Amino acid sequence: MSQTFMLDGKTIPFEEGQTIIQAATAAGVFIPHLCYHPEFKPHGSCKLCTVKVNGRQTASCTMRAMAGMVVESDTDEINAERLALTQMLFVEGNHFCPSCEQSGNCQLQATAYHLGMMTPHYDHFFPNRPVDASHPEVLLDFNRCILCSLCVRASRDVDGKNVFALSGRGITTHLIVNAKSGQLADTNFTLDDKAAQVCPVGVILKKRRGFAVPIGERTYDKQPISETADAAEGR
Amino acid sequence: MALNDMHAEAVAGIVDRVVTRYRRDPTCMVQILREVQEACDWIPPEAIDRMQATLGVPRTKIEGVAGFYSFFYTQPRGRYRVLFSDNVTDRMQGNQELIERLCKNLWVEAGKVSEDGLVSVDRTSCTGMCDQGPALLVNNYAVAGLTAARIDEIAELIRNKVPLPEWPPEYFRVEDNIRKADIMLGSQLQPGAALRAAHARAPSDGLMASNMRSWREGLPSGIGGPAAMLDEIKRANLRGRGGAGFTTGLKWEACRNAPLKPGQQRFVVCNADEGEPGTFKDRVLLTSYADLVFEGMTVAAYVIGARRGFLYLRGEYRYLLEPLNAVLERRRKEKLLGADIIGIPGADFDIEIHLGAGAYICGEESALIESLEGKRGTPRNRPPFPVTNGYLDQPTIVNNVETFAAAALIALNGGEWYAGIGTKQSAGTKILSVSGDCARPGLYEYPFGVSVRQVLADCGATDVQAVQVSGPSGVCVSPGEFERTIGFEDIPTAGAFTIFNDSRDMFEVARNYVHFFQHESCGFCTPCRVGTSLLKNLMDKLYNGCGSLYDFAEIEKLNQLLQSMSHCGLGHTACNPVLDTIAKFRPAYERRMTCKDFAPAFDLDRALAGARQMTGRDDAAAHIAKEEFGECS
Repeated sequence: MSQTFMLDGKTIPFEEGQTIIQAATAAGVFIPHLCYHPEFKPHGSCKLCTVKVNGRQTASCTMRAMAGMVVESDTDEINAERLALTQMLFVEGNHFCPSCEQSGNCQLQATAYHLGMMTPHYDHFFPNRPVDASHPEVLLDFNRCILCSLCVRASRDVDGKNVFALSGRGITTHLIVNAKSGQLADTNFTLDDKAAQVCPVGVILKKRRGFAVPIGERTYDKQPISETADAAEGR
Repeated sequence: MALNDMHAEAVAGIVDRVVTRYRRDPTCMVQILREVQEACDWIPPEAIDRMQATLGVPRTKIEGVAGFYSFFYTQPRGRYRVLFSDNVTDRMQGNQELIERLCKNLWVEAGKVSEDGLVSVDRTSCTGMCDQGPALLVNNYAVAGLTAARIDEIAELIRNKVPLPEWPPEYFRVEDNIRKADIMLGSQLQPGAALRAAHARAPSDGLMASNMRSWREGLPSGIGGPAAMLDEIKRANLRGRGGAGFTTGLKWEACRNAPLKPGQQRFVVCNADEGEPGTFKDRVLLTSYADLVFEGMTVAAYVIGARRGFLYLRGEYRYLLEPLNAVLERRRKEKLLGADIIGIPGADFDIEIHLGAGAYICGEESALIESLEGKRGTPRNRPPFPVTNGYLDQPTIVNNVETFAAAALIALNGGEWYAGIGTKQSAGTKILSVSGDCARPGLYEYPFGVSVRQVLADCGATDVQAVQVSGPSGVCVSPGEFERTIGFEDIPTAGAFTIFNDSRDMFEVARNYVHFFQHESCGFCTPCRVGTSLLKNLMDKLYNGCGSLYDFAEIEKLNQLLQSMSHCGLGHTACNPVLDTIAKFRPAYERRMTCKDFAPAFDLDRALAGARQMTGRDDAAAHIAKEEFGECS
């Protein structure tokens, strides 16, 4: 018999070493998240997956489950804070959903719908982030980057290439690629890389494939992210 | 050979020399980048090429680290890089006029490089010279006590391309300004005395320290001294001086008892990344009491069984590097560091100095460890804590400079003696860094429990409107609260004590602090990265006269969010200065409000400033009066 903890009044079993979000996902309970991906070492930076453990906030992707914990997740208070974080991510970058190739497949957009986001609330920062179209097969549109570092981890830990990294600090933190020129074409990145598959938003895009699936028929158009998270991350 | 190749070859030579000296060890990345920049004036792409080859790490990692620290430049910033300290105290001492004066003198725009590539002038966070500001850094060397005349001389030296070592040495003189000494600032330690006292301690009958480790594993083997010394630290009730006040004895004990995997060891780290604006006590301790600090670190090493120690010195104190290395060298000669310390077989311990490079966040212990490992200074996910998983994932204690100095005194005089000083929950003394509006700024050492009023009287402060205790992340104390006391029972502090008289605008104080947090946020977590920028924008909105009650509510909401969602203390406390000043100095905010409910942040006339600058126009027709697009009622 494995041990258990309580999540929003529900008993959740867990194995030794599992994080809260891992145990919750296994038990079919969705906790909103963006930088977490079941295949990679947790990063704990987006803070969307924050829950209250015994009354104290902590990121559920990095916190190990412990027997007898009392965890709150789907509460008005926490969801309101998650909503504010999502709005922050929207105003920090340049996210124009109607014209974005990832619309309907985008986890940021789907999370915003899940949390009932109706407006960005804050003033937009409108940062200047030039795109990198140098690579023959892939376009990098940094305007949409939410600094989740999934591509960094995928390239480093799975592809063994270190194509991506974060540089800068604070609000000027940004994604860089592994080339003196700073251009993706001068790296050994290919479409087969794991890093090409993991972007939760629309930064890493395959060229010459636009709107292959019509809007309205995409992943999160059919089902909310709370129902499809696993499937989407396994794609 | 093309000029470019020659340049690349010269740079490669510099990189090779530096990298070899650091044993081709990528964990020394921050030190390698610093030394390469000291030689090249910046970090050119050719240097990164060569580092990539010689260190065997990807370019992304090197650029990621170089991009994190304020003092590393991957774009040329001139042969002379002038950074004005921009703490609120520097502003009160008139640094803005001096910045303008130097810029005008050198024909350069603040934040940019001069057209001939000779010089850049910019601002930086507090450089720890608040008792003798305004201050600046030139190529990371501190120049304090600036005057208009000194600025003109500096401009002349730069224009004439006089190398920094040939500048008059008095420019670089930094005063200690010790105004009130107690057990620490009044101590005269004979180097080695505290160590010998620690070694001589025999375990008393009622041993307090838990000792889960085998006797053999520790340092030195087979004697009871370390556990007995730990007992003294516990008996002293010593608490960390970095502000949080964690019990030192418990920290050391946890590290001492942390299991080691094969090949692992324990580490002692001294946190001298004194970045909290308004704090400068560590500067003085390391200038004039370095033996006390290093001896305290060695006592700690003795207690926990460590063979290696680090002093993480903030980049702003670059000028202390050579003197501190000289002290370390002398202590090695005196057998107080190195192998078989004071003749105890197997008692090996040595200390390396790592310099920071302009990142306040590295004062957070896990970020500091990341930086020591040659990485971006991002706070780690905790647990696990450094006492079990610290430097290179091995058990590590990180303590403040003042904590180690206190530990040396406790080794010498015993825990009971120390616990008898101060108050029940706050044993010992605290050094306050007093600056701002007072007659005698400098260091004041008091037993814990001293009232704010007493400190103000001692330093000659009159007409005081407010005191910011423990810097921007601390508390703002108003005159009604001056009977409150310094100590963990009431006002805990890392040491900053910044005084504002009646003439100061407390809104501007808070805005300065908010800009500081925004600049120093590491950018790792969403709430702090974006939230500090939003807060800065709100404060600037109020400054521009577009504030309203709506904005107060927004600030309150941001505070809630940053408190609950942020990754570390920086985000948790970033709203403190604003909330404190709104609560205690509301008129300073209300003066700036044009309407009650809401005013847009956008100002058409201000938006045209760029166009005016480009066209060189500033006449009436180039402005749009506010009335024309509607004033709120």
